[in-house]
Amino acid sequence: MTTITTASRIPIDGPVETPWKLPYRGNVGMACLIIAESAIFIIFVVAYIYYIGKSLSGPTPAQVLELPIFGTICLLSSSIFVHFAVNNLRKDNLRGCTLNLAATVLLGTIFLATTAQEWYHLIHDEGLTIKTNLFGTTYYSLVGLHATHVVVGLIMLSLTLGLSLTGHVKEEHSEKLEVLSLYWHFVDAVWVVVFLVVYVIGR
Amino acid sequence: MTTTPVLEAIDETLETQGRPPLNVIYEWLTTVDHKKIGLMYIVYALIFLVIAGFEAILMRIQLAIPNNHFVSPQVFNQLFTMHGTTMVFFMGMPILFGMGNYLVPLMIGARDMAFPRLNAFSFWISAFAGLLLYFSYIGGSGLYAAGSAPDVGWFAYAPLTSKVFSPGHSTDYWTLAVFLSGVGSIGTALNIVTTILCMRCKGMKMSRMPLLPWLYLVMSGLVFVAVSPLTAAQIMLTLDRYLGAHFFDTQAGGSAILWMHFFWIFGHPEVYVLVLPAFAFANEIIPVFSRKAMFGYPAMVAASVSIGFISLSVWAHHMFTAGLGPAGNTFFVFATMVISVPTGIKIFNWLATIWGGKIIFAVPMMFMIAFLFQFLIAGLTGIMLSAAPFNWQLSASYFVVAHFHYVLVGAIVFSLFSAFYFWYPKVTGRMMSETLGKWHFWLFLIGFHLTFDFMHVPGILGMPRRIYTYEAGRGWDTLNFIVGVGAIFQAAGTLVLVYNMIHSYYKGKEAGHDPWDAWTLEWSVPSPPPSYNFAIEPTVSSRRPLWDIKHPEDPDADYE
Ligand code: HEM
Ligand SMILES: [Cu+2]
Repeated sequence: MTTITTASRIPIDGPVETPWKLPYRGNVGMACLIIAESAIFIIFVVAYIYYIGKSLSGPTPAQVLELPIFGTICLLSSSIFVHFAVNNLRKDNLRGCTLNLAATVLLGTIFLATTAQEWYHLIHDEGLTIKTNLFGTTYYSLVGLHATHVVVGLIMLSLTLGLSLTGHVKEEHSEKLEVLSLYWHFVDAVWVVVFLVVYVIGR
Repeated sequence: MTTTPVLEAIDETLETQGRPPLNVIYEWLTTVDHKKIGLMYIVYALIFLVIAGFEAILMRIQLAIPNNHFVSPQVFNQLFTMHGTTMVFFMGMPILFGMGNYLVPLMIGARDMAFPRLNAFSFWISAFAGLLLYFSYIGGSGLYAAGSAPDVGWFAYAPLTSKVFSPGHSTDYWTLAVFLSGVGSIGTALNIVTTILCMRCKGMKMSRMPLLPWLYLVMSGLVFVAVSPLTAAQIMLTLDRYLGAHFFDTQAGGSAILWMHFFWIFGHPEVYVLVLPAFAFANEIIPVFSRKAMFGYPAMVAASVSIGFISLSVWAHHMFTAGLGPAGNTFFVFATMVISVPTGIKIFNWLATIWGGKIIFAVPMMFMIAFLFQFLIAGLTGIMLSAAPFNWQLSASYFVVAHFHYVLVGAIVFSLFSAFYFWYPKVTGRMMSETLGKWHFWLFLIGFHLTFDFMHVPGILGMPRRIYTYEAGRGWDTLNFIVGVGAIFQAAGTLVLVYNMIHSYYKGKEAGHDPWDAWTLEWSVPSPPPSYNFAIEPTVSSRRPLWDIKHPEDPDADYE
């Protein structure tokens, strides 16, 4: 074994041709999280589609489901507001950022409320629970998984809103807010899929 | 040599201060340093290696002679379930993540991982998951019915996992443990990808990055798309067991085959999650001990990426006997066989690297050569199994067990051992004993071949896997006895390794910063590396920066 002797710390120093720029780690990390989460959602969606029409007893989706148009509009438009919030923060418009964040939280909460109302109706009036049949099983788990993500997103957005109301959110945080907005866009995109699968194809 | 005085000061306080032991423990428990977390992963995985190895020995004692009553059928089921689960989730993944944690930032010239706190979180959650799995021995059927570990197999096929067949909580402990380990794995994978993409030192383009980070990148990508489905399936199983959902409940129209799909959509890519880091070690170690640059760097990268993709489309070769129909079978037969193309490219590139090199037969290289042969044989039995008609004969027999242990032990564990000997000097500042290393190598090699070469034969003779005992006179007796003896050899070899690691820590020869005359960045810093890794953040202009310093007359760029 040849052992060469050099100073204990070798400076590794070569010429660098181009300006050295690497992607922002928040975005890359969030992209990874979104890939992993998508895989989870895909499995639940596959199970949903696989079990459409395989329930051995009622009720069926056609009997009890109604299109959640209002909630959907609220959720999807909240994506636009969070986008504006990021833009405003970038331009150092703190007031605009706060207002748009508040709108996002409000619309997200309305969406959550419509889901809660729907579940209340299904459980109390229609007697559909996760135990009832395969439809109940797949419906509550898929929609519930999405709702869980909405709750997580709302918690983070509300924290940010609180911080921005107390004046802690500054222009230099716009990259971080963008990461959060990516997550929220993802939650919305998933809702489009869930909406199509559960309320359009599934019915 | 220029170093910042601040860093020197940190050095002083970290390295030379005599600290009371409690502080040291506190420091490890709260650390976010990627090297310490890497080491904790490795230690925790080694503990589970010993536990799961012990379970294997118990199973081999039970099967060594016919009509044995050493353990009951129930206990035998628990043993193979715990053995498999532990080895995959609490030995294999953590030890490979541990190596990655330690090596990736050093090799790309970064000072830490991208998200150090997430890193610590991922470690602690998987450590907790391991404890939870073993807590089932106490808590599975309540404290009054101790000894109730899960007994559903590491694949947990439905409907075995339904409340009817697994009352009590043992299966719930299994589900939760696997779920939490999945959360930890996804966290670590996210960290590794982000670190590699966003923290490379100046000048390290993707095309100049060492192959080890490249393979960890592919492996982490696979974790997202493979481990997440398992996580989803565990959520479904938990809903079935706790809330009375019907995903896998055939009585209510649910499907047991769907579980198989979900499990193997995870299960097959998982074997590549485990084997890609093993390839990664081979890519770093073989060139150094052949004294040649890696042959075909771009081909190696391309092969690894395509292995990642193809491995996602072959899962149902674990389900040929479940009755997929001719179209499904044909698709999965061919998809499986396609994977041998990139795998073949890798093997040829390793051979081409060794070819004509000045081979140095140090212990790491010995393990690597064994790795090459064993991985080849394992691939060949894999191809045999991927032919559906052949599979119908041999599925769920000891032939399958022999095949996958050839990969898991013959390839992955051998390359891991090699990596231990290779990087131990970096981590501890001391060399491991070569003599003890050779003892370890030969004991383990003989043991491995006694166990797994002979295990193919009872499989062909019809011995099913997962049986707890068998009648005499079927031609399986002697073979099983030999298999058991091999297991003892392997255990002895492992003990030599553990002794070597502890002994060398105190008595080993001083290593210096670059004992193997290697080329990548981790060898440019002192051994063990200081907590901030690099005094000055490096700037590289080739794939083998240290080579360029040592051989200015023969720049590495000529090999790129
Ligand atoms: C790269 C590393 C590999 C690993 C770690 C690995 C591991 C495994 C494991 C753990 C099983 C058994 C699963 C179980 O039933 O519990 C298995 C089965 C199988 N493997 Fe591999 N394998 C690898 C490579 C290959 C290759 C290259 C092929 C084919 C070209 C292959 C083909 C098969 C087939 C067809 C089975 C199913 C056998 C059966 O259950 O009937 N494997 N492998
Ligand atoms: Cu497979």
